Amino acid sequence: MSSPNDTGTRTEDRPGDGRTSPEDPGAAVLTRYQPPSLAASMHASLPRWAGAAASALGVLVAAALVAVTDVHVALAVVVGAVVGVAAFVVASRVVEGERAATDRFVTALVTMAFVVALLPLVSVVWTTVSRGLARFDGAFFTQSMYNVIGEGGGAYHAIMGTLIITGVATLISVPIGTLTAIYLVEYGGDNRLSKVITFLVDVMTGIPSIVAGLFSLALFTLVLGPGYRLGVMGSVALSVLMIPIVVRAVEEMLRIVPARLRESSYALGVPKWLTIVKVVLPTAASGIASGVVIAIARVMGETAPLLVTVGLTASTNFNPFEGRMAVLPVFAYYQIITPGIPPQAFIDRAWTSALLLILFVMVLNVGARVLARALAPKTR
Amino acid sequence: MSRQIDVSDLDIYYGSFLAVEKVTMEIKPRSITALIGPSGCGKSTFLRSLNRMHEVIPGARVEGKVVLDGQDLYGPGVDPVAVRRSVGMVFQNPNPFPTMSIYDNVLAGMRLNNKRLKRSEADAVVEHSLRGANLWKEVQDRLDRPGAGLSGGQQQRLCIARAIAVQPQVLLMDEPCSALDPISTLAIEDLMGELKKEYTIVIVTHNMQQASRVSDRTGFFNIEGTGKPGKLVEMDATDTIFSNPSVKATEDYVSGRFG
Ligand SMILES: Nc1ncnc2c1ncn2[C@@H]1O[C@H](COP(=O)(O)OP(=O)(O)O)[C@@H](O)[C@H]1O
Ligand SMILES: [Mg+2]
Repeated sequence: MSSPNDTGTRTEDRPGDGRTSPEDPGAAVLTRYQPPSLAASMHASLPRWAGAAASALGVLVAAALVAVTDVHVALAVVVGAVVGVAAFVVASRVVEGERAATDRFVTALVTMAFVVALLPLVSVVWTTVSRGLARFDGAFFTQSMYNVIGEGGGAYHAIMGTLIITGVATLISVPIGTLTAIYLVEYGGDNRLSKVITFLVDVMTGIPSIVAGLFSLALFTLVLGPGYRLGVMGSVALSVLMIPIVVRAVEEMLRIVPARLRESSYALGVPKWLTIVKVVLPTAASGIASGVVIAIARVMGETAPLLVTVGLTASTNFNPFEGRMAVLPVFAYYQIITPGIPPQAFIDRAWTSALLLILFVMVLNVGARVLARALAPKTR
Repeated sequence: MSRQIDVSDLDIYYGSFLAVEKVTMEIKPRSITALIGPSGCGKSTFLRSLNRMHEVIPGARVEGKVVLDGQDLYGPGVDPVAVRRSVGMVFQNPNPFPTMSIYDNVLAGMRLNNKRLKRSEADAVVEHSLRGANLWKEVQDRLDRPGAGLSGGQQQRLCIARAIAVQPQVLLMDEPCSALDPISTLAIEDLMGELKKEYTIVIVTHNMQQASRVSDRTGFFNIEGTGKPGKLVEMDATDTIFSNPSVKATEDYVSGRFG
């Protein structure tokens, strides 16, 4: 490098001029790979309706195949998809150039993958709604199955059972899960105990739900003796499934609370526990609340653990500490597995129960979003 | 309310890594002490050891003495929480509590400590502190709005108001203007001039003009190389440090001819 003072050869060895110098092979390579000028890279683009047109073409081809030939519907759909995508990509290639065509191709693949993933969901919702509407009436929400033999009756007892049992499970899981997460994030650090806890939580996440049910059954059998079926047994089983979800959700939320908020609280002379209670938890509240609600939604539809712990009953039982309780999933299961006479009445009740469960879960998920938005820190 | 701090033979560690070695310095009351030096030489580390924020980091510890008003802050039985109540701190990035309004942010030191205040008392504290931080005029009609909605400079002054609302004896500021625009910086420098009438102020800054503008005394920290501990090279009246320092490294640094 030349020093600022020797003026003689300055222009010759300015680094910028080295681009064309034969001694610098790197510069030569770079010149060959110069990007095209902006003007050369301009191109026309397909109209906005091109995607819709290509989709329509695909559908048309599939429909024509089904109508005219006797190929299987699935094959027709595949052929239609391939034709639609190919037409789309070729058109893009001709009009827009190679890079845009690649983009269009991948966009088409992703869109189709999305549609495929959505199909089962739409199908489930459609089937459940269309079959569940038959008994989606007042009686279903207000009557139990007490003294009902054939038609009529309702799932009032099972709705209440589901609400009570998941409610109690939430009361058990949220404090345990939240405190565990607080320990892991705020106190444990990297110590051995928190590693063990994290490992156990991971293991718990993978426990099959029937095992949770059997655990609760065994626990209560040990304490109370055999033969008991109680609502709270179901709640304990659900808690086993719920606690790891809550721990994970809360842990994640606490970890994203910036350390500088904790520090500015400490710097004001606030002790650690007050900082956690009054700064960290409120800041994370929105995420924690939605995590908890999603955990509730996740366990609400559990069938197996409730089948073995709470059993089923035809009448309404509000007391989780005494006697059997009905819950929606188990109710639906027995209605469809052991229909009476006329069978359609039982099948209808099962579908409506299923529909109701889906609605519950949907409401909870929407509720989680609303709650998260309501609790999120505001800037205006 | 302002007090003198005497630091003697302070070694500051992160685990087994000695980050700052053998600092001895005297911080005069009712004045602004500026700490300057290249990045990584331990200015923040030293500052945080003055209110025992250093030990918040796992494995971090100190050896030596920090005496405030005759009391060793690291003496046996001294509660770090109590130390932080008398030695307040303002951080580099403005960080008002996002869940709180402007009003509650100012009162955070009391609210978070479950101190009960009458509404009239609380109003008085908020106004006094916001006036002290030169922010009152700008926010008096929107005290119930979230603190996070203010501009960066306003947020930093809100943090200063929050720090002085608990009436500390000393105020530590770690590069309080480095995330701010020149106008907000000027507002905060003016504010420091006001605050030193009541508080002992220690400020870390990378901005040499700032140090020479606002401070009465300046300490220069330096580091010999990565992995080596930072040291206090020289400390003197700000004028002396900037015009006639006794160590060559200081002169090189303040004149911008470093390394
Ligand atoms: N949390 C920490 N853990 C370990 N080492 C740290 C930590 N913070 C700072 N250090 C080290 O301490 C030294 C001083 O850092 P710092 O006080 O931030 O310097 P400055 O504020 O002067 O730029 C550096 O070597 C840095 O790597
Ligand atoms: Mg620093």
